[in-house]
Amino acid sequence: MQLDLTEIEEIAKLLYIRALKLLPDDIKDGFVRLQRSETDPTGRSVLATMVENIAVAEREDNLLCQDTGIPIYNITIGRDVTFDGAGLKAAIRRGCERATREHPLRSSVVHPVTRKNEHTSCGIRVPVLHIDFDDRPETVEIEMIPKGSGSENGSFLKMLVPADGIAAVKRFVVDRVIEAGGKVCPPTIVGVGIGGTSDLCMHLAKIAATRALGSVCADPEGAKLEKELSEAVNMLGIGPQGLGGDATAFAVHVETAATHITMNPVAVNIQCHSARRARATITPGGVEFGF
Amino acid sequence: MTHHLVHMPCDEATVRALRVGDTVTLEDWLFGIRDATQIAMFDQGRNVRLDLRGHAVVHTAPNVKRVPPSPAAPVGYAPLCIGTTTSMRMERFTEPLLRDHGVRLIIGKGGLGPASAAAFKRYGCAYLAVVGGAAALETTWITEITDVDLDDLNPESLWKFRVKGFGPLLVAMDSHGGSLYASVGERVADRRAAALAALGASE
Repeated sequence: MQLDLTEIEEIAKLLYIRALKLLPDDIKDGFVRLQRSETDPTGRSVLATMVENIAVAEREDNLLCQDTGIPIYNITIGRDVTFDGAGLKAAIRRGCERATREHPLRSSVVHPVTRKNEHTSCGIRVPVLHIDFDDRPETVEIEMIPKGSGSENGSFLKMLVPADGIAAVKRFVVDRVIEAGGKVCPPTIVGVGIGGTSDLCMHLAKIAATRALGSVCADPEGAKLEKELSEAVNMLGIGPQGLGGDATAFAVHVETAATHITMNPVAVNIQCHSARRARATITPGGVEFGF
Repeated sequence: MTHHLVHMPCDEATVRALRVGDTVTLEDWLFGIRDATQIAMFDQGRNVRLDLRGHAVVHTAPNVKRVPPSPAAPVGYAPLCIGTTTSMRMERFTEPLLRDHGVRLIIGKGGLGPASAAAFKRYGCAYLAVVGGAAALETTWITEITDVDLDDLNPESLWKFRVKGFGPLLVAMDSHGGSLYASVGERVADRRAAALAALGASE
């Protein structure tokens, strides 16, 4: 299969807009689950407003949240796909710019020093592109994540040492969820990275925070921690929007990587309740959009 | 717990009557303000043309569309999606906003800190929590972008919105020292030990 870069540009544009308007089914199901278990009247009322907002966005064909985020594109390329790599990157950037200009969308991206906004949702190294490969024949998958800043500002890294043990990793997660409080728009998905280098650890936390609800860490040790930490953070009573209640997080997700004998790194990256993502799967048969 | 319908601008007595746990629906006017707006106003000393005295501000940077000026879009902007951002980043601007500009209500999400709570008490202001991330719904409460100042900071300009039935919003911090965020925070601190014990990670 040969990748058509004009088509990629169009898909990159459509994915950004789709992600901002349609919440994935797993997150909607997550709301149903939380609404069933929430006992706090304020928490119940806040969750009801969030669910109402999802319906209003769909009915009015509007954005779920005003924060158009930092655009992230995760591209996974299967076997027997031919493409111009530099052209692929440029096509995605053009699609992202066009979504911003043509919809139009608020460009939430500025230069980090001058704070200048080019009104394209693009800038140095943004959109963030991650390109990976898998063994599916003639398949390319593009996942788009508009990562909102309220929750992205709830990002933390700690280079713990082996003597601190896994107990310190768990304490770090609980304490950062407490520190983030209502600022990260709970109920959240708390992404936790354990191991790797500092940069890999942070990246693992982002992968974890943006995984579908119901998915489980492939590492059984990570899966065990997900369950324990999910229960623990929901004992805290932070609640929806930090206004008190049971529903602090939909889930805690964990991703792991091997690390150095002297290291014990842990990272937290949080995803807000507007846990937006969109996916396009490209095969010789055409393009299919989903989550 | 009382519901208040407040027409903006309002006086100090109206704000002093609000208590944590009450709800408020705003009518008529609302101003949009954000990080860059307040950096320009308070750190860079830029003057603003719009008068905020007695008014409510919401922490926002909207999605807007440029349109030809018309009675429905007097300054050539139509609202597309307007929602609320995390307030705490703007904590240090609360005092000058109240002291120098006479703002009576701040609408935001996630809450403000002790310095803001003290300023609310001193000057007579309250913090109303809107549900963050519910921007599609919030947009239906805004009928028009009436004016804009510091337009070069778009989207972080100072916006003037006409609103209809903006709410209900929860009074989360009042002018008497009450803060729902502080009381939730105390309860969370008390529960931390039990959560760590459940994880086998007690200190």
